[in-house]
Amino acid sequence: MIKVRDSAPYRSGATIVVAIVVAAWLICSGLIAFAQTKNSCLDCHSNLPEPLGVSVETYGQNIHAQKGLTCAACHGGDANSDDPEKAMSRAAGWKGKIERKQIPELCASCHADAERMKKYNPSLRVDQFQQYKTSVHGMKWAKGDNKVAVCTDCHGVHDLRAPSDPRSKVHPINIATTCSRCHADAEYMKPYGIKTDQFANYEQSVHHDAMVVRGDLSAPTCTTCHGNHGATPPGVANVTNVCSNCHVFQAQLFQTSPHKDAFAAMGFPGCVTCHSNHAIKPPTDEMIGTGPKAVCMNCHTAGDAGSMQAEAMHTQLTNLASAIAASDEILSRAERQGMEVSQPKLQQTQARDALLKARVAVHAFRDSGLKQDTDAGLATTKLTYAAGQKAMQEWRFRRVGLGLSLVLIALTLVGLGFYIRNLEQK
Amino acid sequence: MAGPVASVRAWFDERFPLDDLKALAQKKKVPVHHYSYWYFLGGMTLFLFGVQVLTGALLLLYYRPGADEAFESVQFIMTQVQFGWLIRSVHSWSANLLVFMAFAHLFSVLFLRSYRKPRELTWVSGILLLFLMLGFGFSGYLLPWNTLSYFATKVGTEIPAQIPIIGRPVLLFLRGGEDITGSTLTRLYGFHVAILPALATLLIGLHLALIQWFGMSVPPGVEAKWQAFPEDRKEIRFFPNFVLRELMAWYVALGLLGALAALFPWSLGVKADPFASAPAGIKPEWYFLFMFQTLKLIPAKILGMDGEMLGILAFGLIGAVALLLPFLDREKPFKTRRWITGLACVFLGYMAVMTVDGWVAK
Amino acid sequence: MSSAPDTGAAVRSAPANLPRRRFVNILLGTGLLASAASFLYPILRYLVPPKLPDLGGDAVLAARLSEMKPNTAKTFRFGTRPGLLVETAAGEYRAMSATCTHLGCTVQYRPDLREIWCACHNGMYDLNGRNISGPPPRPLEAFEVQVRGDEIFVRRKQEA
Repeated sequence: MIKVRDSAPYRSGATIVVAIVVAAWLICSGLIAFAQTKNSCLDCHSNLPEPLGVSVETYGQNIHAQKGLTCAACHGGDANSDDPEKAMSRAAGWKGKIERKQIPELCASCHADAERMKKYNPSLRVDQFQQYKTSVHGMKWAKGDNKVAVCTDCHGVHDLRAPSDPRSKVHPINIATTCSRCHADAEYMKPYGIKTDQFANYEQSVHHDAMVVRGDLSAPTCTTCHGNHGATPPGVANVTNVCSNCHVFQAQLFQTSPHKDAFAAMGFPGCVTCHSNHAIKPPTDEMIGTGPKAVCMNCHTAGDAGSMQAEAMHTQLTNLASAIAASDEILSRAERQGMEVSQPKLQQTQARDALLKARVAVHAFRDSGLKQDTDAGLATTKLTYAAGQKAMQEWRFRRVGLGLSLVLIALTLVGLGFYIRNLEQK
Repeated sequence: MAGPVASVRAWFDERFPLDDLKALAQKKKVPVHHYSYWYFLGGMTLFLFGVQVLTGALLLLYYRPGADEAFESVQFIMTQVQFGWLIRSVHSWSANLLVFMAFAHLFSVLFLRSYRKPRELTWVSGILLLFLMLGFGFSGYLLPWNTLSYFATKVGTEIPAQIPIIGRPVLLFLRGGEDITGSTLTRLYGFHVAILPALATLLIGLHLALIQWFGMSVPPGVEAKWQAFPEDRKEIRFFPNFVLRELMAWYVALGLLGALAALFPWSLGVKADPFASAPAGIKPEWYFLFMFQTLKLIPAKILGMDGEMLGILAFGLIGAVALLLPFLDREKPFKTRRWITGLACVFLGYMAVMTVDGWVAK
Repeated sequence: MSSAPDTGAAVRSAPANLPRRRFVNILLGTGLLASAASFLYPILRYLVPPKLPDLGGDAVLAARLSEMKPNTAKTFRFGTRPGLLVETAAGEYRAMSATCTHLGCTVQYRPDLREIWCACHNGMYDLNGRNISGPPPRPLEAFEVQVRGDEIFVRRKQEA
């Protein structure tokens, strides 16, 4: 008979194990429940059609949801209750659909509260509402205009994502499209009497090309120049300041140029006068001078002091540009023919740098300002062109040399042939 | 004869057996028959090797081994050194012609049966020389340190690594480490300019000495004909008749090399970047292409064994057969000669097809 | 190949052939000499070192100690691209590529800001080449500086 061991110690041991397991399960599910805050609103509203419907996927992308906030955070009510009567009761603070004009203050109730925002992201700004009140949108809103943009028009509402998310309506790549939803709508903007061609113009610009086509997120979009929450078009006198944040040299030169005072006196908007505000096309050398595409002739008359300077500058630029092109041509010809010209080709970048500098120097609007840069550029192109010529000469030399040595070899072969014949005819 | 020349000759005559040497040289004859033109190939190979030694020595004056200097030094040679482009391009072109000529010489000797007794050791030394030439080609290819050479060497050293047991030690030996680095460059440079030339000198010396000792071989069919009709036997003297003809051939080769170098200078490429990914379609030089392409096309598993390893072992086997060919040409237990011819033709065809396929493949 | 038997016996050519034979000999001699000269000429020219000993490669003489002062910088040619050598206010030398990583303009040192600045779009880098403000997306490639005597050499960072 096998002795059965006393099971008492095992019974108490087993109990302890079971207790630990159950406790762990409770704690874990409690933790999970805490993280997945119950949001009863979504249980019904995810099955409703528009405009009452908000899908689980959409709300899941919302940054507020990801931080643990429920519908009740904005709409009030009780998100824990599954009973619609209790969930959407005034007693529970339910607000229902939020009126447009209430939105800025609703958002500001958290986002302007530094203490509250610190809990989520201490480095977030809390002055958006303050800024908004200084903006054209904000000022009109304060007067009761219901058509102007409020927070949700730009940021989205239920699908509101962080601005750094490329799918966010306020991600740099998408900002211009977001603004254009109103500002390119002629019907919508009729009461305000401002143009609606800004987005169409911006799409032609070099900044749009940099941002949307080349993906350079540092390129300017609407908010870069106009501000985001405090959106106001820069005043005519301030345009140069805005552009100078990136285009430092051009602005500095402009300030020393005769145009500064002249433009101020005539109320011209600085950089925008020649470059336009939204349709900033890639500038060409044809913009300067007295030619058909030259912007100078919009104000200057042919033969006046200004147009003479303009013509001189144009000549300097085109001289350097054609010198660079000539060197490029001869170098690529030499390379196609098998010559090693990698060194002068890379030297050409110095000439291109000089041309770039000269084009910037134009903003001083004196032809003497370009001289240093164009001279440096022409010195470089002289060297690179000479290198190209040398390469072509070398190419010819090699073929002549080859021809000569082949002739001598042929001569020797003929000599050898005859010599052998003579030798063996004995 | 003018006075000074005669007195110089007399000076040498008193010290060295010049007349005996001259008599010995006059004795060497070269048979003349339907296949005599093939006799030029050996000398041509030797000549091209000489061109390599000369141009290689000249390149040594400016080349700097080392991952951070090699490419720049070759660029320097190609762009700044006077006629540097010529010396370098001749060296590269002649290398390719040399390998081609070595293979041509091998196959002509095979088909003309010059490996028969008593010339077995001449054949063996020749095969070893062929391996050395391939080694020269492989080691030299890395020296410019451009993208092509870096990745070709990478792929090329990974292949022997597949051989069981000895594969990994061979990889470490060739690369001087786990990866292709500056150490690989130094190592292959040492092989290319010192170790392989020393071995080649010894083997060439042996090869030439054996040729002098045994004289030129005559193909069996011609030999039989001459046995039957002795009056048909024709020969010319090596000095000066054959030498003059060889000189003509060498001059043609020089002209060809000059034309190739001037019209198709060897490209510099782009400096190797070990961190960049391999460019698409990387392949070794053409003389390794048939092996490379075979290994690419071979199925992953053959009868349960790793396909690539079997491929490498197969090539090893072919190398061994090539080395021992004279001993495999026998009458008993059956006449192997026809088999040798047949297999050689098949292998030659295979090499040609695989090389072309490797070349056109993406 | 011509099948001339080696008779061993010299058959004297008729005197009438002599000038022709001499012509052939002269032709051959000239050909040999001239072609040999055409092979030798490039080799001899090759042996003469070219005027520029500098390989223009990785180790470049950027500046001399005597021409550098604290809190100044010098742009130098590094291969075929520009490089920037900075002597910090503390007397340390830093070298880096001078090609801005935004759109390729040449950067400069700003002694007033003690930072590296790109004039094209106001990009800023710190003295280690890290991009700290403005459009540049990546740091400037840093180089190694070696001071030997009075000479300051710059070379690419060596592979590990």
